[in-house]
Amino acid sequence: MINFKSLSDERFKVGSYKKILKVHAKDKGNLLEIIRDVQAREGYVSEAALSDIADYLDLSEAEVKGVASFYHFFSLQPRGRTTVYLDDSITSRLKGRSRVASAFEEEAGCRFGQVTADGAIGLFPASCIGMNDQEPAALINGLVFTDLTPDKARVIVRGLKNGKTIHELAEEMMPGRGQSELFRNMAALNIRQKGPVLFAPFETGSAVRKIASLNPGQVIDKIKCSTLLGRGGAGFPTGLKWEICRNQDGPKRFIFANADEGEPGTFKDRVILTEIPQLVFEGMAVAGYAVGAEEGILYLRAEYAYLRSHLEAVLDEMRRAGVLGKNIAGNRSFNFDVKIKMGAGAYICGEESALIESAEGKRGDPRDRPPYPVQVGYLGRPTTVNNVETLAAAARIIVEGACWFKTMGTIKSAGTKLLSVSGDCARPGVFEVEFGIRLEELLNLAGADRPSAVQVGGPSGTCVAPAGFNRKICFEDLATGGSVIIFGPGRDIFQVVENFMDFFIEESCGRCTPCRVGNTLMKLKLGKIIQGRGTKTDLRQLEELGKMIKATSRCGLGQSSPNPILTTMENFPELYQARLRPDADFAPDFDFAQALKPGCQAAGRECPETEHEDE
Amino acid sequence: MSEIKITIDGKTCSAKPGQTVLEAARNCGIYIPTLCHFEGLKPSGSCRICTVRINGRYAAACTQPAVEGMIIENAVPDIEEMRKELIEMLFVEGNHVCPACEKSGNCELQALAYRYEIFSPRFPFLFPKKEVDARTPKIYLDRNRCILCLRCVEKFRTADGKKIFAVTQRGLNSSIEIDKKLAARMSEDDARKAMDICPVGAILRKETGFVIPIGKRRFDHKPIGSEIEEGGGGRK
Repeated sequence: MINFKSLSDERFKVGSYKKILKVHAKDKGNLLEIIRDVQAREGYVSEAALSDIADYLDLSEAEVKGVASFYHFFSLQPRGRTTVYLDDSITSRLKGRSRVASAFEEEAGCRFGQVTADGAIGLFPASCIGMNDQEPAALINGLVFTDLTPDKARVIVRGLKNGKTIHELAEEMMPGRGQSELFRNMAALNIRQKGPVLFAPFETGSAVRKIASLNPGQVIDKIKCSTLLGRGGAGFPTGLKWEICRNQDGPKRFIFANADEGEPGTFKDRVILTEIPQLVFEGMAVAGYAVGAEEGILYLRAEYAYLRSHLEAVLDEMRRAGVLGKNIAGNRSFNFDVKIKMGAGAYICGEESALIESAEGKRGDPRDRPPYPVQVGYLGRPTTVNNVETLAAAARIIVEGACWFKTMGTIKSAGTKLLSVSGDCARPGVFEVEFGIRLEELLNLAGADRPSAVQVGGPSGTCVAPAGFNRKICFEDLATGGSVIIFGPGRDIFQVVENFMDFFIEESCGRCTPCRVGNTLMKLKLGKIIQGRGTKTDLRQLEELGKMIKATSRCGLGQSSPNPILTTMENFPELYQARLRPDADFAPDFDFAQALKPGCQAAGRECPETEHEDE
Repeated sequence: MSEIKITIDGKTCSAKPGQTVLEAARNCGIYIPTLCHFEGLKPSGSCRICTVRINGRYAAACTQPAVEGMIIENAVPDIEEMRKELIEMLFVEGNHVCPACEKSGNCELQALAYRYEIFSPRFPFLFPKKEVDARTPKIYLDRNRCILCLRCVEKFRTADGKKIFAVTQRGLNSSIEIDKKLAARMSEDDARKAMDICPVGAILRKETGFVIPIGKRRFDHKPIGSEIEEGGGGRK
């Protein structure tokens, strides 16, 4: 990894990226790392850089451009020497994003989506950056600024204009919350409730020592016996995944820790990786031993790049302690090490096959299944991809036992779950709770006052109305990867739904027709209803379209992208009914008067009356 | 290895191990419509028009391997309606100019629209702004008519594996990019193949056009899919 501080005086010199190429091996799998370094150094990836990278890696320019233009934090146009990525999630909006955005724009002298004339500052939106418990938040040159106010935004821009570096501003405004140099400028953790699986004390090395005397099949049996299900949201049985992977032919296998939590409203993996990364890495070693893999890769989302040096330091420590490396715990057949690969801003890369594509240096398009990653994964090898929380739980299960684990939770959802709670509540943060907790109990813990709706599982999950607050959080009822967003009384649910649809439109990889086109069509139809131009025919068509997208989409993103609309139609039907035109069963999408308006205005003629105004 | 038996809309079909549902159906004389699949290329699973229901679950026939005992629903009303919607989506996300298009009559999107009796899409046209790329000597790329099937991406690689066509951007902004340097080296034959493999009129040859007159084109007399349905045994 390049130390950017030492290169800072050379940054933004034309062609200075050429030195970066030599730092990386000539391996197509390094494409993301190379683009990432070029972007960090020059503020964008120029045509010349695309061409040189292509030559260096023996790729076509078109391919390199394809990758560079896929990820949100790469850009083919300059994004400024300092680039502000202001979180655009619904929670950020509820907490005053628009005023913060205006302050940035006024002080910088450019709009969002633009760079100042002198190229100093660029302002851009970003999908949820994993700071929903401290919004509005922004990533600025990779550093995180949280709890932003219009005043803070002005201080940042003025500071930059007066010659301060973003690092200096971060030191001033985001005091380090840990003692270590590595912990400087980390966001608040807001751990509100600690549970026994994740946050109980853990002695590093205890899990690998425990399995040293077991054979891999016994380790898999232990995990199977615990009935641990994947914590990313899909809930696939972890032991079964390991077993299938182990049973594949061939000498080489891989373990991936999926640290690409991108579901808006989730930030629990950030807390896990800050507080208890040892548990995750040890879980990876356990998985490696069970599956027969000697290499592990933590795929870390770009938004958490500031955690990387901390994680590298933890890995070094664990290697020194003999928990990673060769002959772990004195067992000659136990070799395992972990490296970190960075994402670059794409929600879809949380999907395991897209994550693998991305780790191979490609666009994050999901793969067709079968074959599944456990059969044909990273570099064509059997690959186990587990959520960081799953791996942490696995390490704990090895130490404490499967029976102990099953004493917690429900029959089908054993153990605890770390929930990220944000939105309208007094105590936003992470809560480690037993599966089976009723939503209302969680709302009490978080100090939510008479919420009007709760989004469980993020945009791809379910919007629950008060009548459903007695539902349980577990795989049998409300399944969630951990995102819980609370909306207080008087919040506009349609604003929420539109924000979620915008999220899916932004994050669709575009590979398949229904997700690429369908989400935009759903949003247009929803807009028609919100504007009061819709009829019951529109409502029916909206539902049909949603069902069709779910049925035909290629991956989980597309299959869940209509959920913001479908689950609110189901749980808040009265909101939709109230917007329908009472006088007609059908109204055309096309608004003739609205379409004529620009022409009439240009010609200076009187406009016919329109049914709605442009937003 | 032994033959696999599957049932498609009540008809028993046999498949060889490793064959996809789409291939098995074709050999059985059953047409499952598709726009992205092309014989001999790795399926991209992108258009989703070949969606079928297998034992109650939806899957793309072009990427799904046939498995013994599968009960497959293909030409049933609700699935046909979804296909129609997908075809309509492809029309509204682009700017299609059938009457003036060189591929009219040879275009698979147009042919499918006829087969599904689409007179006008149910969705509003999105009228996107798309760039036409005519920088390469032999072909030009009209993104207005592109449906992102990815056939060209999969088909055209240099001897050392470099892609001549690639996808850039993402979501609704996804766009096919042609590598200027590599495309400059394309032969006449490559150019012809590129135009032929494109199911629509997005890849067109320069300096030649309308070689086959209207009226004598692929879908001018019989609907798309009829070659499979009439053949019974389908193509090899």
